[in-house]
Amino acid sequence: MVKMPGAKALMEALERQNVKEIFGICGGAILPVYDALLDSKIRHILMRHEQCAAHAADGYARASGRPGVCMATSGPGATNLVTGIANAYMDSSPVIAITGQVNTFSANFSYMIGKDAFQEADIIGITTPITKYNYQVKEASEIPKMVKLAFYVATTGRPGPVLIDLPKNLQTQNDEMEFTEEIQIRGYKSTIEPHPIQVKRAAEFLLKAERPMVLAGGGVIISNASPELLTLAELLMAPVATTLMGKGCFPENHPLSVGNVGMHGTSEANKLILAADVVLAVGTRFSDRTTGKLDEFCHDAKIIHIDIDSAEIGKNVEVDIPIVGDAKGTLKAIHQSLVHRLKKKESCPWFDRVQELKGQLQDKADTSEGSLKPRSLLTELRKMLPEDAIVTTEVGQNQMWAALHFKAYKPRTFISSGGLGTMGFGFPAALGAKVACPDKQVVDIAGDGSFIMTEQDLASSVMEKIPVTVIVLNNSMLGMVAQWQRLFYNRRYSAVNLGNIPDFVKLAEAYGAQGFSVGSLSEFKEAVKKAMKSEVTTVVDVPISSEEDVFPMIPAGSGLQGMIEG
Amino acid sequence: MIAMMKEQTHIIAAIVEHKPGVLYKVSNMFRRRGFNIESISVGPTEQRDLARMTITVNGDQKIIEQVIKQLSKLIDVIKVSKLDPDNIVTREMALVKVHTSDARAKSDVINYANIFRARVVDVSPESLMVEITGDPDKIDAFINLMKPFGVKEVARTGITALSRGAKSVKIEE
Repeated sequence: MVKMPGAKALMEALERQNVKEIFGICGGAILPVYDALLDSKIRHILMRHEQCAAHAADGYARASGRPGVCMATSGPGATNLVTGIANAYMDSSPVIAITGQVNTFSANFSYMIGKDAFQEADIIGITTPITKYNYQVKEASEIPKMVKLAFYVATTGRPGPVLIDLPKNLQTQNDEMEFTEEIQIRGYKSTIEPHPIQVKRAAEFLLKAERPMVLAGGGVIISNASPELLTLAELLMAPVATTLMGKGCFPENHPLSVGNVGMHGTSEANKLILAADVVLAVGTRFSDRTTGKLDEFCHDAKIIHIDIDSAEIGKNVEVDIPIVGDAKGTLKAIHQSLVHRLKKKESCPWFDRVQELKGQLQDKADTSEGSLKPRSLLTELRKMLPEDAIVTTEVGQNQMWAALHFKAYKPRTFISSGGLGTMGFGFPAALGAKVACPDKQVVDIAGDGSFIMTEQDLASSVMEKIPVTVIVLNNSMLGMVAQWQRLFYNRRYSAVNLGNIPDFVKLAEAYGAQGFSVGSLSEFKEAVKKAMKSEVTTVVDVPISSEEDVFPMIPAGSGLQGMIEG
Repeated sequence: MIAMMKEQTHIIAAIVEHKPGVLYKVSNMFRRRGFNIESISVGPTEQRDLARMTITVNGDQKIIEQVIKQLSKLIDVIKVSKLDPDNIVTREMALVKVHTSDARAKSDVINYANIFRARVVDVSPESLMVEITGDPDKIDAFINLMKPFGVKEVARTGITALSRGAKSVKIEE
């Protein structure tokens, strides 16, 4: 037991969790914490909007696998975090959010919780449905334990954001603090071993399968199960399709990789999953963007579903073999029960079919390039970036083009807002990823509409020396919405025209960053080359046609066989 | 594969942390996921830091399964059990204020109350208040009987329930 103020205890508890960086913005109700921060070893990265602090923490977590921490003051500071927290929740990302709060008590009953004090917001009430757990500290002495608990809950099981709300008077209150290593939560079980009988049943199905297929989601990345997935897929000769969240968990230059499945999945992935007789779905929650119309999804296939969150099993898709368990352990267990009974094949009709479908697409891809088409830009970008470079995306056409045409080879190298679909996520997430992995190239594949939503954090990237590259696929449109209006609303464009503003080169320069506008593929390559060597953030403005659509596409409400190839 | 599944009422017992905000987290989960709470009753348990929630929910098997999983997922919820309707004691309590304009109405209401093993707990010149305990059907039946007299106000607790026998929904200390 040591006596110290709450704010100091918070810093010490964070250091004990090995926190090296915090993304945040200071304010009235969190002043004591920011004062204690000056005496700690933790680096604070001053963002320009709290939403970006949360996204940066999220990007940090996804790139590194370590929890990301963001911090804000009470009221608007806290509510500005909300989009970022919701985003982390939907994509199961371990983000710790710390918010200041008005006093729990004050002698004159003003500036106190429940009195609608200045900058008071019920952030616990607001974030309850979008956090894995949240807690308002009641006594300063609880701080060490709550921090420990927050990190434990956020990073174990199915990860997710945890928010700690810390009233101002507790930050200054001197109290006896106990830093324990032990933690027990009776309502929470973090490790789940797959049931051996279910594993055996899954193995039996896979053994008999003629056309097995893997659908891999973000859970494979979270549990670092890529090696296990690769081993099992190769043993089964099963093509591997990923969800958007799973992209990168299986090398996309592998003969068995067929890319993403779903609304803007590849043609081969959508065709193959419908032809499969056994689908091994791992670490995916069968989002509507993945499955299309539910009752047409893999109707005749047997589905094995592995997920660590039992509530995901049977939530959207009825499955034949549910397995509650960690992806890594479960894939390993399935492999073990198969490896002595299944001989690795060199070829089979199913594998030939996979190659045939993949070949068709290759043939189509190699023609018709030359101008500034998203596909050729992203293909070139892939060639220029190292294998371990991290790509983030915004949301909309830029994201779907990136998913389709930018091949990811390693887990944690493709970071995108999958569940919430947050425009403005990619740039701050790139900053977070760069802080987590300073030695890697980090590129945000952006659209003009998305980038404008969080571009003010060019300031933090310059001030904090976090150089990333932003590639703005600039069609002067809210492109994906325009595409839907073009296809489904008879080209009646409503509120999608963004005009030719701003001048992104000047915008970048106004912040002390570097900007290029490119007019050809060779200029694009030149700009990317310069960006990769630059010590400041680079914005590459790439004008593209505003009529360019993302294809293939499955119209909303349709099944996967309703795919429009374009 | 999906047969038409029957909607019916299920009773769920949840042992939760007895601290502020937990009821909000539970009710908020129901609202956000689109599950309907028919009734909920909450009270402390024999262990001081635990509370017991008895929740009745309408839905088919699939919905109930999701309700239980989503409830169990909440960190402040420690244990969730679906009570077996064939092996359970359920009770609800209601206070019913009935308009009784004359002595005859009063004596009728008192007679009905006696038949239902209910008790009169308050009397005024123009009304009687009756306390009745039983399963919800019994309370419905009593309230229906009171309607012709004029039901002025009803307060019902919602169902609370325990399974029969020695087995218990309990947390080891």
